[in-house]
Amino acid sequence: MNYFPDEVIDHVFDFVTSNRDRNVISLVCKSWYRIERLSRQRVFIGNCYAISPERLIARFPGVRSLTLKGKPHFADFNLVPPDWGGFVYPWIDALARSKVNLEELRLKRMVVTDDGLELISRSFVNFKSLVLVSCEGFTTDGLAAIAANCRFLRELDLQENEVEDHRGQWLNCFPDSCTSLVSLNFACLKGDINLAALERLVARSPYLKSLRLSRAVPLDTLQKILVRAPQLVDLGVGSFVHDPDSETYNKLVTAIEKCKSMRSLSGFLEVSAYCLPAIYPICSGLTSLNLSYAPGIPGSELTKLIRHCRKLQRLWILDCIGDKGLGVVASSCKELQELRVFPSDPYGVGNAAVTEEGLVAISRGCPKLNSLLYFCQQMTNAALKIVAQNCPNFIRFRLCILEPTKPDSSTNQPLDEGFGAIVQSCKGVRRLSLSGLLTDQVFNYIGTFAEQLEMLSIAFAGDNDKGMLYVLNGCKKIRKLEIRDCPFGNIALLTDVGKYETMRSLWMSSCDITLGGCKTLAKKMPRLNVEIINENNEMEDCIDDEQKVERMYLYRTLVGPRKDAPEHVWTL
Amino acid sequence: MEGSKSNGYGECDQANLKATELRLGLPGTEEEPPLKVESPSFNSRKRALADDAESVLQDGRKSTSGVPPPSKAPIVGWPPVRSYRKNIYSSPAEVAEGGAGAGYLKVSMDGAPYLRKVDLKTYKSYQELMESLENMFNITIGDCSDKGSDYAPTYEDKDGDWMLVGDVPWNMFTSTCKRLRIMRGGSRS
Repeated sequence: MNYFPDEVIDHVFDFVTSNRDRNVISLVCKSWYRIERLSRQRVFIGNCYAISPERLIARFPGVRSLTLKGKPHFADFNLVPPDWGGFVYPWIDALARSKVNLEELRLKRMVVTDDGLELISRSFVNFKSLVLVSCEGFTTDGLAAIAANCRFLRELDLQENEVEDHRGQWLNCFPDSCTSLVSLNFACLKGDINLAALERLVARSPYLKSLRLSRAVPLDTLQKILVRAPQLVDLGVGSFVHDPDSETYNKLVTAIEKCKSMRSLSGFLEVSAYCLPAIYPICSGLTSLNLSYAPGIPGSELTKLIRHCRKLQRLWILDCIGDKGLGVVASSCKELQELRVFPSDPYGVGNAAVTEEGLVAISRGCPKLNSLLYFCQQMTNAALKIVAQNCPNFIRFRLCILEPTKPDSSTNQPLDEGFGAIVQSCKGVRRLSLSGLLTDQVFNYIGTFAEQLEMLSIAFAGDNDKGMLYVLNGCKKIRKLEIRDCPFGNIALLTDVGKYETMRSLWMSSCDITLGGCKTLAKKMPRLNVEIINENNEMEDCIDDEQKVERMYLYRTLVGPRKDAPEHVWTL
Repeated sequence: MEGSKSNGYGECDQANLKATELRLGLPGTEEEPPLKVESPSFNSRKRALADDAESVLQDGRKSTSGVPPPSKAPIVGWPPVRSYRKNIYSSPAEVAEGGAGAGYLKVSMDGAPYLRKVDLKTYKSYQELMESLENMFNITIGDCSDKGSDYAPTYEDKDGDWMLVGDVPWNMFTSTCKRLRIMRGGSRS
């Protein structure tokens, strides 16, 4: 079968970078499997409990970059108890002991400890890149270890982590010899920062392209940093409050004007609207703007800013921009591909400032739109149909009407037809989140039309088991299904148990499945971990199979039940 | 208000649905599936959701007791916004954005039995603010640096320091002021 020596095939495989493609390649024959596994450098593990570190290392001894995801997605919304799991230490330990030449570690929703960070910094000489997203369990002491010991560190990217701040001098721990930084993001840190150390670090980092500051970094420091680093491509502003008539502010304006490479702006964790005009000079080059962490900017100021950003491809914003403001976005940002509108008042149902009008305006003005996350007050079927028609390229469509089970606000009908139009028109949609009043019919549409759907999030929807079955039977490519507060029970759960081995995971909470149903499933499918997640001793006294299960999380795995589950998480 | 049920989508569908119905039993048999499924009809669930938002919160399960609707109690994990984001919205920095659109600040006066609140957005200058405070507490502050007055208006800035009102430009003041305190006579030193 092989007409070429292994080295040639190996070289050809170098050009195959997508992990999915490499997975397919490795199935062709034993020889290709062997060549592929020895040459694989980047490994993505979507569920850290699907496989063990030992087996990973055995198959891919040359791994240099590892991506791991831990907790289920709904952990973001406090539906998973904090000690559920997702510990990265065993992975680091195994990689260290096997002397893997790890260069990059990317973690999402995992528990990271200072010990783990320290172990990384001491074990992997060529370690270059640490990316932590929505992780927890570590402090700035761990960051200090990374800073101090990773001599070739290029990237330290902390996104939305819960980090205990020991007010230490972790930034000081970057040695003077460290000049390799390309990307530094510490925006999520809450404590004070040694500003002088930060300035010195930037001054000796000529390759720095991306810098995201925490709120503790004031405007005058930002000005000094920008003077040192006009080559920045991506900037996250910390504090942006100052007297616009001052010399410092004027110096800032001058410094910003020189940042001709700036393409991405975010942060503004503390901001005075009066200072925003300072960034107008670079707006015309921006492709990405994230103001969703910036409290208190009035809609009028937001729109003034956005009018300058005609090349924007990605916009994350708060709903105080309003429908009218979205209209300005629609007329200014013709290249827009991704839009996220977050609620500025998550609990104030009734105060949300955007409706279906804003979304329709966007769809009319931005035909390239392919990714949407939209928190809104209300929606109509008519609007969704227009959006579906105007934007057939959606890959991600996530709509969250703030009030659960809210119907079409003009007809009082369920929103089945609107979402149905979306899946019919957008043949490539891979991720979908539903909300509002929905019956089984929407699932019928999804099962019938959403052929590329990989991830579906459902809440407070459907009438009975048929709904869930439409999805399981129809969506051939579904990988992640997460359901809360829906009337789906054991029939839906158990009709096609083999399906779950083709998926990464299924989450069901506050549905109608019972303990007995889950036990049956676990018994039939030994290669699934079926976890019952209790909280506050919900099911302590009860081993009754008729009892409904509050939270179930199941996932396929090659390594059986995990051994690190806390007491209240049962693997059946 | 109940949502419409799936029956509204045509009785002719019912016959077809039966034929394509997925069941656990063998095809051709009419036996009940072996597992009893205890599922209340969803409409009562929906009603329960709207009416019993509070009981959902308390024990995490739906109840169909038909308690009359309380005010909107928050549902666990809804809306689906990460805690990280939710913490931003309630951050104290928002209070400091007096000029940019946030709300009221507390004003205390030494010796006064209770505090008041002012919205800095409604003033355009120090003079307007002082006049309003004078009216509120029935005192005379006069010019901020007036040595003749018994009262000294001070404010807490975002660093937690207490500053004399009036040194910085108005706009900068409104964006850094977190609360106000009118100090009296002997407490100035």
